Amino acid sequence: MSMTRGILAYGAHVPYRRLDRAEISSVMGAGGGRGHRAVASFDEDTTTMGVAAARRALGALDNTTPDALWFSTVAPAYLDKTNATVIHAALRLDSTIPALDFGGAQRSAVGALRAALTAPGRTLVVASDIRIGLPTGPEDGGGGDAATAILTGSSDDGPLLAEYLGGATSTGEFTDRWRTPGSAYSRTWEDRFGEQAYLPLVRQAWADALAATDLTADDVDVAVITGLHGRASKKAASGLGVAVADDRAATIGNAGAAHPSLLLADVLDGAEAGAVVALVVLADGCEVLFFRTTDALAAGRPTRSVAAQVDDRADVAYTRYLAWRGLLEIQPPNRPEPNRPSSAAALRRTDWKHGFVGATDRTTGITHLPPSRIGIAGGSVDDMDPAPMADATGTIATFTVDHLVYSQSPPVVFAVVDFDGGGRMPIELTDADPAEVAIGDRVEMTFRRMFTADGIHNYFWKAHPARG
Amino acid sequence: MASHGILDRVAIVGMGCTPFREHWDRSLDDLLIEAHGLALNSAGMVKDDVDAYWYGTSQSSASGISLATPLRLDNRPVTRVENYCATGSEALRQACYAVASGAYDVAVAIGGEKVKDGGYQGLNAFPIPTDGTNRTLTAAAMFSLMLPAYAERYGVDEDRLRYVVAKIAEKNHFNGARNDLAQFRREMSAEAICEMAAVAGRLSVFDCAGVADGAAAAVVVPAGRATDYTDAPLYVKALSLVAGDGSGLVDPAFDFTTLPECVAAADDAYAQAGITDPRTELAMAEVHDCFTPTELVLMEDLGFSERGEGWSDVLDGRFALDGDLPVNTDGGLKSFGHPVGASGLRMHYEAWLQLRGEAPADRRVTTLDTRSRALVHNLGGYPGEMVSFVGIWGTERD
Repeated sequence: MSMTRGILAYGAHVPYRRLDRAEISSVMGAGGGRGHRAVASFDEDTTTMGVAAARRALGALDNTTPDALWFSTVAPAYLDKTNATVIHAALRLDSTIPALDFGGAQRSAVGALRAALTAPGRTLVVASDIRIGLPTGPEDGGGGDAATAILTGSSDDGPLLAEYLGGATSTGEFTDRWRTPGSAYSRTWEDRFGEQAYLPLVRQAWADALAATDLTADDVDVAVITGLHGRASKKAASGLGVAVADDRAATIGNAGAAHPSLLLADVLDGAEAGAVVALVVLADGCEVLFFRTTDALAAGRPTRSVAAQVDDRADVAYTRYLAWRGLLEIQPPNRPEPNRPSSAAALRRTDWKHGFVGATDRTTGITHLPPSRIGIAGGSVDDMDPAPMADATGTIATFTVDHLVYSQSPPVVFAVVDFDGGGRMPIELTDADPAEVAIGDRVEMTFRRMFTADGIHNYFWKAHPARG
Repeated sequence: MASHGILDRVAIVGMGCTPFREHWDRSLDDLLIEAHGLALNSAGMVKDDVDAYWYGTSQSSASGISLATPLRLDNRPVTRVENYCATGSEALRQACYAVASGAYDVAVAIGGEKVKDGGYQGLNAFPIPTDGTNRTLTAAAMFSLMLPAYAERYGVDEDRLRYVVAKIAEKNHFNGARNDLAQFRREMSAEAICEMAAVAGRLSVFDCAGVADGAAAAVVVPAGRATDYTDAPLYVKALSLVAGDGSGLVDPAFDFTTLPECVAAADDAYAQAGITDPRTELAMAEVHDCFTPTELVLMEDLGFSERGEGWSDVLDGRFALDGDLPVNTDGGLKSFGHPVGASGLRMHYEAWLQLRGEAPADRRVTTLDTRSRALVHNLGGYPGEMVSFVGIWGTERD
């Protein structure tokens, strides 16, 4: 393999909501701590967050599509059915592009990244996680929700932002952290056990990786060292003799399967060209990957950095957070719950439902949302072009706040949005404060889970205040 | 739109309406039997005199069988009609056309709804399988979109406009308090309504139609035979219906300060009836005040107010019981309640009482000395996508 492989693009999604950890102890009398954790909104799941990260990564490129889409999470929205296909549909990828899930364990996410870096073609590796802990427990405050997407490929595919220099892996079997299928949270053995189990595996992989790449520890400018075993990760970091990147514990929390690539993205957001970056992941063994940033990095970064997303936030009350995660049941409005969407109707209209593609009348130029076979003016029939609107921005023409309608998190803010360049749609707003919405506000689109009925997640698009 | 209308060719000769209530102790069948009996009795008829039925219900039952069975009709045609909240008027419109065509001599339009057996608050639409991308907003929220839009377009302070629509609720409660059949018979002040918690936009629960069970019915015959049954028939002057194409939700030019389907239906109806100045030619109007902003905008859409002046006409009391043009003299949907399939016929029932001088003295209009026609407006749907009915009726045959 002569050509260089590496990272063509990357993007991260840190949800808008934060939980102030101090609130945990003030509500529960225990737990919590300092700082904030990132919180997926009630209408986000690992799949929708994956869509957000993937859009951000691909948005930095001109017309580059992946040859494969790999999605990894330990909190899948579905079993049996592939979740990556939802991301595939939202990105409007061609049906010839495979979409696969890498599930089950934290390790699958970094494993998928390594596999993509060594496999042919362009692979979009998406990782996403929602970390739930029992109230007052370590992951309740210490976990975080986020998603990332990294497009791997070779220098033939375009300018690499970071070259993959190689790495090494070690594997160990020990029951330090575990979760049985169906449980929302994991359990752990006592802390010191994991530390002594992990550290030899880290040392082994690190030494093997340096040897495989002809690097020394002195060559490494910064290392991302992470894993769900906090104590072992910290100990490993102090033992390697390299500068260690911010683990974002204070501002995001540990985002599990997404955390290694989230911290890598955070480093790439600020790294100089020519920097050697180590990614060290403690997960049932240890994965070590080395990258060297390139001159192309400065121009190839996504429009929104991890740091920018950390700063752009609004707090959610602890009790509401618990309700969002299903840990606290609250009284809904006394209205019927929605029915499950029709799978047949959804398939017929997947371009609209998943891709947010309307139709523009070739004669009048009027954009129809949803797509329409006959225009509202001009009388033409079946004379429309597809109008992809997911990346469109718009302005609120009028809006309302509905306290009566069924919602997992009332009230519902609803706006009539007029899109730049044409098209109107009355649509739900999310990640918005009802008291601050105003006519004339600017909005952009986001892929969300509207509700779940009969176990079917109803995915569609909402708008949220434009955040650049 | 081209329509010929059936001016003076058909007449209502009998009507009946049940009280609109939370009828916990009465079934839909009970309500239909009562409304049917009241209407036939009013026309001096018995069941066998009726040739055909148009039965309107939005979602309380299905097919003509659900009317034929409780009434034990003897091999009569029964058409079940559904057109959202305009269902009742639509049943009447179809019955009128059937009689006008000569197919039947006596037709009954009957509408009923049993909404309180559902166990939820408000009205809830029957679920139809979809791709899951349709709006799930409540009707209250959809109509609440009109308030900020109206305030913006006409430069009316939002707090002042909120008070204006509360005055509409106050008026309709005042009228409903004088109506034994109405669901809410208590006067409410605009000030008290403004104090209430918002449930959708700026709207409180008291800006929304009452949710009630009920039924209403009308007997229609050829106009030439109307006086065989009553001394004071109500002649059809106009019947119009527009089903909107939903473009308001697609077209950025739609600004949520008007209901174009209602404008189109009114224009058509005025043309059929030969009305050029509704403000001075109509004795009264029943309009679809599902939410208070709806009645405000309708005053302009139906030509009762100039554009942008509906709000000040409301404050001036133009549409009050003693105003220039009384609107919703029976309390409207707001106070009378809104059993969907019955409401359109209930509106006609009030026109029937008022034009015939039979409304109770304390809510009788005083416009009849110079005017003999009433307008009934009934809509279904939401701003941007709705059906709208406008009918005009008169006691004089032109």
